Amino acid sequence: MPRSDALLVYGAALTVTAMFCWLLGDLLWNGLAQIDWAFLTRAPRDAGRAGGIGPILVSTGLILAVCLAVSVPLGVGAAIFLSEYTAADTAFGRAVGRSLDVLAGVPSIMFGLFGNALFCIWLGLGFSILSGGLTLACMVLPILIRATEEGLRAVPKEVRHGAAALGLSRTRTLWSLLLPAAAPGLVVGLVLGIGRALAETAALIFTSGYVDRMPGSLLDSGRALSLHIFDLSMNISGGNANAYASAVVLVVLLLAINLCASWIADRWLHRRSLVA
Amino acid sequence: MFRWNPDRLLALGLRLCAAGAGVIVLLIAGFLVSESWPALRAIGVTRFASDASWHPAADATRGTFNLLPMVWGTLLATTGAVLLATPLGVLSAVFSHHYAAPRIAHVYRRIIELLAGIPSVVYGFWGLVVLVPLIRTLQPPGPSLLAGVLILALMILPTIALMADAAIGGVPAAQRRAAAALGLSRWRTVTSVVLPAARSGLATGVVLGTGRAIGETMAVLMVCGNVVQTPSSVFDPIRTLAANIALEMAYALDDHRSALFVSGLVLLAMIALLIGLAERLRRQAGAHAPV
Repeated sequence: MPRSDALLVYGAALTVTAMFCWLLGDLLWNGLAQIDWAFLTRAPRDAGRAGGIGPILVSTGLILAVCLAVSVPLGVGAAIFLSEYTAADTAFGRAVGRSLDVLAGVPSIMFGLFGNALFCIWLGLGFSILSGGLTLACMVLPILIRATEEGLRAVPKEVRHGAAALGLSRTRTLWSLLLPAAAPGLVVGLVLGIGRALAETAALIFTSGYVDRMPGSLLDSGRALSLHIFDLSMNISGGNANAYASAVVLVVLLLAINLCASWIADRWLHRRSLVA
Repeated sequence: MFRWNPDRLLALGLRLCAAGAGVIVLLIAGFLVSESWPALRAIGVTRFASDASWHPAADATRGTFNLLPMVWGTLLATTGAVLLATPLGVLSAVFSHHYAAPRIAHVYRRIIELLAGIPSVVYGFWGLVVLVPLIRTLQPPGPSLLAGVLILALMILPTIALMADAAIGGVPAAQRRAAAALGLSRWRTVTSVVLPAARSGLATGVVLGTGRAIGETMAVLMVCGNVVQTPSSVFDPIRTLAANIALEMAYALDDHRSALFVSGLVLLAMIALLIGLAERLRRQAGAHAPV
């Protein structure tokens, strides 16, 4: 007879696995059949009840592109500064590190409020892909910076000493030695950041807006995929079928991204990424 | 003569990047305070707790602005979720370290990681189409505190489980072997040696999960029913602070809009309290905390 402690532990693990299978199975069962090329490319019709998600995928991609175009240079620069140019215990380094920790703990709805106040109204960008992308850029910065820092810290000190002994300039050392060696960390950060940005909904409701037409420019409002799922299921009666299909597209994208990140982390950094 | 060489230019550029990244938090704080200032002045702090109800209006004298039911909603949903997810998460980690065969533990960890990667809007959607109808058959109306608790628990479970996994993995093997040498059973080893040794990491996981639950918007917005009331049973619909912001921000004007920023400040205060707690835990734990 199994003992009660084993029953408890196996029961917990079984419960979690069952919930996982239930959730994923339900999504795939109800959503997978509707996904075909037409669904991925056509425009939504009848408020999203029929038609596809073409313009929504384009908007999502553009929001993501804006987000990365801003956050990657800023984040990588900040990470290089924090790990190579300043000791972690200087006042400036400590202040930046601390503010990044706080930033990582700010709930996404607060980024929505902030983005609405700063980008949409104060800077006059309105409900636009640009506003949404910039808001997300603020949100993914801590993830990008921390992962890049880890990558840089994993490069052995001897590399830096060797480069200095050879008389290489710091810029040269950075470009030719440190950044290539830290690339896996950077890529992990990038992938995790993309994952966070794709999954985000609350920060986009009142920054990038609801419009489901094909965006003509970055100043147009564009509906992200996650927001499309929300709108279809909450505001549109009879929208569940397409919401299921959109959810499957989003989850498959995210699962692929997460698997990618943990694969890179496993392979090159020889450790598991714990950033959840 | 002073000349810009590339090294110096780069150092300056990098410093600017770091400063830019660091200043975002200040910007967020600044905008929150300045946007909530009109409401704090026109409505005053006390009315957010003493008004008869939450019936906001653009003109502060016409509306009522009691945030307390939503504070309760947030606290109850979070507490319920943490109470459910903590034992499950810790037992999950115990399972993959002490009970499962290595192969199964590996697969199980992957499952937890995948759960962590599912976006909140999908959890909310699943709750809306699967859980809410189930709860409706138990006790109408369906969208309820209970639905929110269950969905939030499922969402924060991976956070707690992954942190617990790392914390338990960090317990020195010598301690486990000593326990085995003393003839302790597996369960006794876990409960009296491993879990106490890992407790700071476990606590950090719970704090992170709690923070996530307090700030979660989409999932609770979709399953909780969003009626502003202090619930009298788990089957009553509730509205949380975060959900309130997401619901009303689209049409809020003037003092109403400003009041929503105030509720954002309240939300942030709750998170700040938590972070303070986490900080204390980490300091107590010294170098052991795996963050």
